[in-house]
Amino acid sequence: MADTMLTPSTPKDASGNKIDITKVRTESSIKKQRSLKWLVPTIYIILLMLPIYWLTNMSFKTNQEILSSFTLWPANPTLANYRVIFSDPSWYSGYINSIIYVVLNTIISISVALPAAYAFSRYRFLGDKHMFFWLLSNRMAPAAVFVLPFFQLYSAFGLIDTHIAVALAHCLFNVPLAVWILEGFMSGVPKEIDETAYIDGYSFPKFFIKIFTPLIASGIGVAAFFCFMFSWVELLIARTLTTTDAKPIAAIMTRTVGASGVDWGVLAAAGVLTIIPGALVIYFVRNYIAKGFALGRV
Amino acid sequence: MDKTYNNKAWLLVLPVFVLVALSAIIPIMTVVNYSVQDTFGNNEFFWAGTEWFQDVLNSERFWNSLSRNLLFSFIILCIEIPLGIGIALCMPKKGPWVPVCLVLMALPLLIPWNVVGTIWQIFGRADIGLLGHTLDAIGVDYNYTSNIFDAWVTIIVMDVWHWTSLVVLLCYAGLASIPDAYYQAARIDGASKWSVFRFIQLPKLRGVLIIAFLLRFMDSFMIYTEPFVLTGGGPGNSTTFMSIDLVKQAIGQFDLGPAAAMSLIYQLIIILICYVFFTVMSHTGADKPEQGAAE
Repeated sequence: MADTMLTPSTPKDASGNKIDITKVRTESSIKKQRSLKWLVPTIYIILLMLPIYWLTNMSFKTNQEILSSFTLWPANPTLANYRVIFSDPSWYSGYINSIIYVVLNTIISISVALPAAYAFSRYRFLGDKHMFFWLLSNRMAPAAVFVLPFFQLYSAFGLIDTHIAVALAHCLFNVPLAVWILEGFMSGVPKEIDETAYIDGYSFPKFFIKIFTPLIASGIGVAAFFCFMFSWVELLIARTLTTTDAKPIAAIMTRTVGASGVDWGVLAAAGVLTIIPGALVIYFVRNYIAKGFALGRV
Repeated sequence: MDKTYNNKAWLLVLPVFVLVALSAIIPIMTVVNYSVQDTFGNNEFFWAGTEWFQDVLNSERFWNSLSRNLLFSFIILCIEIPLGIGIALCMPKKGPWVPVCLVLMALPLLIPWNVVGTIWQIFGRADIGLLGHTLDAIGVDYNYTSNIFDAWVTIIVMDVWHWTSLVVLLCYAGLASIPDAYYQAARIDGASKWSVFRFIQLPKLRGVLIIAFLLRFMDSFMIYTEPFVLTGGGPGNSTTFMSIDLVKQAIGQFDLGPAAAMSLIYQLIIILICYVFFTVMSHTGADKPEQGAAE
């Protein structure tokens, strides 16, 4: 492929001098462009941040200020909206519920996906391709299709309104995803490592935990990140399977619509608080994200 | 990598198989069950054959929501893919700003989907939202709750805001994996910026672009929460996409038969596309080692 790029426009025996000139010229032009190039991501990020800023801005205002005057920043910043959320158990338990089922789901997904991903990356077996395709097709299943059957299935087991029900339901799309991501990372580990370990007398579980898992630690990080993310943002299934005790925060937010209209300030504060866990997680895995995406496994 | 043939590997896949089978096959069988039966309540079911499927395929409602959904997916793909590539090309390759950019760009991806809807619901309101207020101030008559065109524009802008970063991150990772030698060769040739893009960057991005394209197609085809929060499917039925329509039918009206038949057709469309996706993916996967060897 590189050959096709070497177009005949190059002088046949380009002297070192000539190449130098072109190099200098392009480098300086690149530098010039770079100063302009900066603008594009900057403008993009500013546009991304505007709606989030607006929400944050509103969360520090009183309803009085939100509705009566239009201000670009809070005139009298107040924490009252946040105080409402942190002092009312029916509000803050929503965050706890969400975090419990998201963490449960991430642990279940990763622990069942690890051995399966190893099998897919190391062995051929009866129906392996079909199995892999079938798993992936679940990632593409619309949640709306599953809402009603899930409700009936979990009612039959008496699991409605428990954290584990939501965690298990989210496995539908997170387990295939975790298998897919981990398989990508595991295929990057040379097979010779496995063979050497077996020759050295390691049993499979010992080898897997002591040698293999540390090697794909970054892969586990990326997979956990995506499991966390997709479980955290999903609402349709989570809302259907819970009524009060395990209700996610995203569903509790609809409570702000009361008899006297919408409590905009509290709604905004609750929204801002749902962004924070995601922001924290993304900050911790920022160096792995690019790598995870590079594998093209999302 | 050459793999050994070993059917014992099934033991390792078994937990995943059981777990996903539980949460996929049983629900789907329930849906199949409903789709071929009729009920008059009291848990008494009668065989209805393919009646519901014929009903759904003949109903204008189904084709309307399907075509709305296809149009929506088409529009957002036309905007998000080129925009994502463009922004990824302009990103700095290294330096202290890279992690900052990545974290800020990934932020919308981690906001719960109904909060995304809420953010835009607030942002677009003429009385309290920055966007709605600004548009109002410069004299644009904008109201996403009553005007069909405005509702569509708002949903599309919201989706672009929400998901373009995914395309950017994918393309950025794809670009980062291009070895420097390619650019040096192009520089020696005096290649123009356009030919660098056309003959080096675009071919190398092919793999991630296919993924970005299909992920965005799938997710926009299944979109539910964001438009539901923002417009509730209105004004009228103008933003009622497939998923919204389905939930309305299954839970709102409790028309289990038609809803189940529609679910299966919906799922079938997605599986078909998924299959194409899988074949294309495995083909690009097969190309990669050769390219790597040629370098």
